[in-house]
Amino acid sequence: MTECNYDEIMQLLCDRLSTLTSSETAITADTNLISELSIDSIKLLNLIMEIEDSFDISIPINALADVQTVHELASLISRIKSAH
Amino acid sequence: MNLLEKLDAAAAVRKSLLPDGVGAFGIPIEEVYSATEARIGDRRVLLLGTNNYLGLTFSPECIQAAHEALDTEGTGTTGSRMANGSYSGHRALEQEFANFYECCTGIVFTTGYQANLGTISGLVGRGDTVLIDSDSHASIYDGCILSGAEIIRFRHNDMIDMEKRLRRLGDRTTTTLIIVEGIYSMLGDQAPLAEIVQLKNKYNCTLLLDEAHSLGVLGETGQGLVEKTGLLKEIDFITGTFSKSLCSIGGFCVSNHPQLDQLRYISHPYIFTASPSPATIASTRAALKLLRNGSNLRKQLWKNCTQLYTHLNTVGYRLGPEPGPVIAAILDNPRQALQLWHGLLEHNIYVNLILPPAAPDGKSLVRCSVNAAHTNEQIAHVGATFEKLYQQFLVA
Repeated sequence: MTECNYDEIMQLLCDRLSTLTSSETAITADTNLISELSIDSIKLLNLIMEIEDSFDISIPINALADVQTVHELASLISRIKSAH
Repeated sequence: MNLLEKLDAAAAVRKSLLPDGVGAFGIPIEEVYSATEARIGDRRVLLLGTNNYLGLTFSPECIQAAHEALDTEGTGTTGSRMANGSYSGHRALEQEFANFYECCTGIVFTTGYQANLGTISGLVGRGDTVLIDSDSHASIYDGCILSGAEIIRFRHNDMIDMEKRLRRLGDRTTTTLIIVEGIYSMLGDQAPLAEIVQLKNKYNCTLLLDEAHSLGVLGETGQGLVEKTGLLKEIDFITGTFSKSLCSIGGFCVSNHPQLDQLRYISHPYIFTASPSPATIASTRAALKLLRNGSNLRKQLWKNCTQLYTHLNTVGYRLGPEPGPVIAAILDNPRQALQLWHGLLEHNIYVNLILPPAAPDGKSLVRCSVNAAHTNEQIAHVGATFEKLYQQFLVA
């Protein structure tokens, strides 16, 4: 996985997250998905399923336990994508 | 935020959904009159929110069996199945379940929740994968978490999505356990078992079917979805509960893989808990006999299900995709669901209220559970009340 792919993932995440949140907070790599964007677990899991389709990967639910920020989610996707 | 403040935050969310004085969750049932009627507060209510699908809670055969066990074996076993808690009744019930499903092995657990927890965590572990339907019951999710296996969800009953995920697993499918349910508890729909079996065989996986809501309900002898579809021999492991059609508490797993028996030595939810009480085992054994011979009860149950589903559907309620003993009205938001639930209780009808995140996809549900003991008049009364409340709360 190249840096370009990571950027691509970040961009897609930021675009999708901005449509899901009612928060005015600017979305950056360090933005906390739950506390800053107030995205509930159901919306997050639905977003994950969309992302899985976009990148043709499956993200195990267990791996999401360690994800709090947009960067951590992008890194996880990047790692799974590069392992395929 | 400290530990107690986290609980305060959860309480605030609950309070925002449920105004003061509305105790929709854990409402006390003061007296139970029959399989269909009880008292809540000072109201005599019609019970449309129990899992008593065959209406056997007051069956004389089950009550007598439980009484005899109390008299001869006492109130409890006071021990684990692994130690002093395996009585002859526990072993007999295991054999009866194995015979019922034409399997070589059966294990009884203390609750249905533990049957899934103990079976899943005994079968898979770190390095394995579980592929589960997104609408799976919490006992399946928790069993998967306890196992340490990698958990992958597919969209509810979506076989294209399921196959996509199997393909992505590559050669890891041989250590993958697929888990599905006969009837899903939220919307009452059935798993597309023939397609699931086809994919399981194509990708060489193992398949576990939870018949919790379908046992006693589907199939000529009540085995569940396996019998309705004629696919019994294709399923590796079947789990289920005693707390619905069998009207007691407990759970089981059966299989034609003799290795299932090893779970007795490695499965913590089986070992580290007291075994079911003798009265529970005795009434379950009696209920299993009634269930097997209960084709008339199933006919009445399905007549009731179809009558209520058709009525609510005609009125305009958004429902699950097919009739069944679980009939859920899908509401746009928690407030609407609460209004409907409360309105039904004011008309002396008790149903289940399910708010996010318990219901799938952030839905709010008012869920009815129909049983074989309901009369046509009772079902008609429930339908008419739903119709009246639809006009009151849901017509713009």
